[in-house]
Amino acid sequence: MTLAAATHGFLSPTGVEIAFLLVGLVTFGAALVTVTTRQLVHAALWLVVTLGGLAVEYLLLTAEFIAWVQVLIYVGSVVVLLLFGLMLTRAPIGRSPDADSGNRWAALAVALASAAALVWVVVDAFRTTWIDLDGAAAGSTAVTGASLFQNWVLPFEALSVLLLAALVGAIVLSRKAKAKANAATAAETAAEAAVKDTKDAKAGKEGAL
Amino acid sequence: MHLAYPAVLSALLFSTGLYGVLARRNAILVLMSVELMLNAVNLNLVAFDVWLSRTTRETLHSGQALTLFTIAIAAAEIGIGLAIVLAVHRNRGTADIDKLRDTAEPNGPDEATLTEDEKAEATA
Repeated sequence: MTLAAATHGFLSPTGVEIAFLLVGLVTFGAALVTVTTRQLVHAALWLVVTLGGLAVEYLLLTAEFIAWVQVLIYVGSVVVLLLFGLMLTRAPIGRSPDADSGNRWAALAVALASAAALVWVVVDAFRTTWIDLDGAAAGSTAVTGASLFQNWVLPFEALSVLLLAALVGAIVLSRKAKAKANAATAAETAAEAAVKDTKDAKAGKEGAL
Repeated sequence: MHLAYPAVLSALLFSTGLYGVLARRNAILVLMSVELMLNAVNLNLVAFDVWLSRTTRETLHSGQALTLFTIAIAAAEIGIGLAIVLAVHRNRGTADIDKLRDTAEPNGPDEATLTEDEKAEATA
């Protein structure tokens, strides 16, 4: 501990730490706006800022492959899916006064309690721990690909089966009602696009490795 | 970098997502908050993986592999979740989770305050 304290200090943050702190503030602020705004479409757009900020944090932690996967899958497809979902459920454009439910204050109390407990425990446990970011990147594509296909091949292939099950499940779920053909077709297209995006992303992941 | 920075940011993001899950009424906004919580976990996994791969020469990279699996499972979850929300919206005409009370207790305290047409909508 004394050794760590001799080489690191709270009062002399490195450039990476300052960048992490600033991007982290933007990320956290965007997350707060995402869960509190009353305009539903704006919530999805602020979610883009949050997820993009997290991708930058991954880059600062030298996990570059995960950063680009985050940009491709989350910013690229999940947010588009959420926007599709908002449009297909006819979410109101503009301010909707009933975006939050009546138990907002109970939810705020629970969230504050969990934030206080988690931050206290985490800071208390890792007060004297530093990440050494010098040297080769810990998460470059070569390193990640090698470990993924040497040690994690079976879970990786099981994940393919899971994505196939999700594809079939989404189609079955949205194919049910025959009476309302119009709504069914729209929902089906959206769900198929959802799972197809996932499959595309996975194929891209396999191709990138 | 101090390990507390990513850990504290992850804890704060998780709590934000928890607030969103508990306080939002639209089912799609609840799904967005679930995504926030999953991303907080991902940040934790990446930070601890980078730390462990430097300190203990752990070459398995389990944190980053788990992060990739979490991202893929989250994408599948959002596809299925949106299909369910759209099916509910098609059948009931609403994506408001406060109005989907079919499995609530029939004589609960909230039931008395429902108006007649809300009851009809909930049982339709």
